[in-house]
Amino acid sequence: MTVEARDSAPPAKPPIWNDPRYRALFFQALVLGGVLLAGWALVNNTLNNMESRGIASGFGFLNKTSGFSINMHLIDYAEENTYGRVFVVGLINTILVSVVGVFFATILGFIIGIARLSSNWLVSRLAAVYIEVLRNIPLLLQIFFWYFALLRSDLIPSVRNSLGLFDVFFLNIRGLFLPRPIFEAGFSAVFITFLITLVGVIILVRWARRRQERSGKQFHSVYASLGLLIGLPLIVAALAGFPLSWDLPVLKGFNFVGGVQLVPEFVALVFALSLYTAAFIAEVVRSGIMAVSKGQTEAALSVGLTTGQTLRLIVLPQALRVIIPPLTNQYLNLTKNSSLAAAIAYPDLVLVFAGTALMQTGQAVEIIAITMAVYLTLSLVISLTMGFFNRRFAIVDR
Amino acid sequence: MKLALVLGAAALATMFGAAAHADTLGDVRSKGFVQCGVSQGLPGFSNPDEQGNWTGIDVDVCRAVAAAIFGDADNVKYTPLSAKERFTALQSGEIDVLSRNTTWTLVRDTALGLDFVGVNYYDGQGFMVPKALGIKSAMELDGASVCVNIGTTTELNMADFFRANGMDYEPVVFEKADEVVAAYDSGRCDVYTTDRSALAAQRLKLADSNAHMVLPETISKEPLGPVVRHGDNRWGDVVRWSLIAMIEAEDLGVSSANVDQLRADANAHPNIKRLLGTEGETGDSLGLPNDWGYNIIKLVGSYDEIYERNVGPNTPLGLARGVNALWKDGGILYAMPVR
Repeated sequence: MTVEARDSAPPAKPPIWNDPRYRALFFQALVLGGVLLAGWALVNNTLNNMESRGIASGFGFLNKTSGFSINMHLIDYAEENTYGRVFVVGLINTILVSVVGVFFATILGFIIGIARLSSNWLVSRLAAVYIEVLRNIPLLLQIFFWYFALLRSDLIPSVRNSLGLFDVFFLNIRGLFLPRPIFEAGFSAVFITFLITLVGVIILVRWARRRQERSGKQFHSVYASLGLLIGLPLIVAALAGFPLSWDLPVLKGFNFVGGVQLVPEFVALVFALSLYTAAFIAEVVRSGIMAVSKGQTEAALSVGLTTGQTLRLIVLPQALRVIIPPLTNQYLNLTKNSSLAAAIAYPDLVLVFAGTALMQTGQAVEIIAITMAVYLTLSLVISLTMGFFNRRFAIVDR
Repeated sequence: MKLALVLGAAALATMFGAAAHADTLGDVRSKGFVQCGVSQGLPGFSNPDEQGNWTGIDVDVCRAVAAAIFGDADNVKYTPLSAKERFTALQSGEIDVLSRNTTWTLVRDTALGLDFVGVNYYDGQGFMVPKALGIKSAMELDGASVCVNIGTTTELNMADFFRANGMDYEPVVFEKADEVVAAYDSGRCDVYTTDRSALAAQRLKLADSNAHMVLPETISKEPLGPVVRHGDNRWGDVVRWSLIAMIEAEDLGVSSANVDQLRADANAHPNIKRLLGTEGETGDSLGLPNDWGYNIIKLVGSYDEIYERNVGPNTPLGLARGVNALWKDGGILYAMPVR
């Protein structure tokens, strides 16, 4: 055992200006002050210049009447509404096209990615051609192609000669016309029943899986869940007297009145965005599957699982670990690329708010700042959601 | 590390920028050319030909300004702008003057921080439909889909017209004029609406010009003219009086053909002498050389010359003078006295 010599008094503390901790704090405060000062100077400079040139500023324009109309709006909108409502309409349209685009792109991307790895030579070559062609052509050109190909093709008839299905669905050059559901009083009961059934089905599926792990007895939860999901709300609806009527589209003069109109711009945009992003997602999926070691597949096959079951139960759950982060990237890209809608008259946020509203009010700085904040928020929401999935699929170290 | 600190502090100091100073005339003089904002290709107003030379009635306004300042009408650089970016480009200082068939309205004159300095073409909004639809009047357009350009008075006027007449319509709004025309041509919309002069010009770009007709109704007033920024009165004066000089030249019977002879003529009317600079010192008060009026008329022309060669009855647009004739010829063009 060593005996440590001890000083009789603690070591003298250095003066404050030599103490490294205080110096670090001082310089950090200085830099922070500098950054804040720069930010304030930028904002102040902008405001002063705008005022000296007589350019209106402030957010009061959101309460002014807009004076223009929009052709696709999922909430009620007319020319008398304010610019604030224009913003909401544009936002809903952007979210709509992003969600639908993400949905189709994911499905198509997974199919093509798995096809690319198929042992069938023709299938894998076709998938390779699809991926290479669609990845390398700029998205704007693809959007123009689908839009003008859609408009000019002889498959799409004019309004007077619309393609009709059961006289309920109509397709023509002004868009796809669907019947609109009108929800009457009793519908909320049906909707609540549906939600409760959904929760019940999720609990049922988990219980079935745990029972299978414990005892090996299978429970075909698919049929039971479907039956419950459809049957229970249907019974409640029948009791309430079927509180659902439809607003059918009817041809009057130039156009169809009533129903929901999906403009061809929306269809062309979803087409172009889904096909383009699916090519990227296919490569991401392929890399994820290839990251799972081959031994897993061989072991699964030797145990007696079919290739389909191997893919579904063994390979994909492990591949998802590798797939989810780049997949998040692709979803963010798709959401931001949807702003190209401005090129083909689809009334999304950029076209109606950062386009028409900006032009009519002249307040470019405020409007662009709001639009950037919206896209930032959307992207952060998508990242957080995918982050949740990422953590669920992560490897848990024991 | 210390170098980074010093550079950072220097960058910080430059953030406290100087206040905006408004001397566009001085800037243009030292640059040596006028930066002119024009359209992306509207025949008759501002359109590049195959060699890339810009012509049009709006282009001629910019050339007149350059002729007045420099004595050379070609000291102009053109920036093609869509309807969406035109005001931001002017507000930010990217261009000196916007001459892009822009309608003079209250909101644009006030809230945008801009000044309209004159009208070089009085126009109105109209509708164009395919003849095959059998429409004879704009009142039959209930439920039609209408192709329109974004960020223009056209969008708002169209909304007002249909609302005032209780009719329904579907707006299809594009960013660039070429896309609007392409969509109308492909049948996406039943109607194309913009200023009547632009309808005549864009009809030339359609696949079959004769299959379309312009409806007789004019639903709005569209006074088109050059625009400058707020807060620079001297520059505004230069552009305003350059345009007035061309109209006054037509009023006095001066054109590029006879301007030399009239300048040498000692017995010319005093109004002509003042316009051409042989008498009086109008140039000093404008900050221009005294022969600014002579240069404009000699190098660009009087108003009827620029009208005839760009949008007149002998051009593909074939627009009659109509309201754009002089006040004494039945129109409303009226030049302030140059004295």
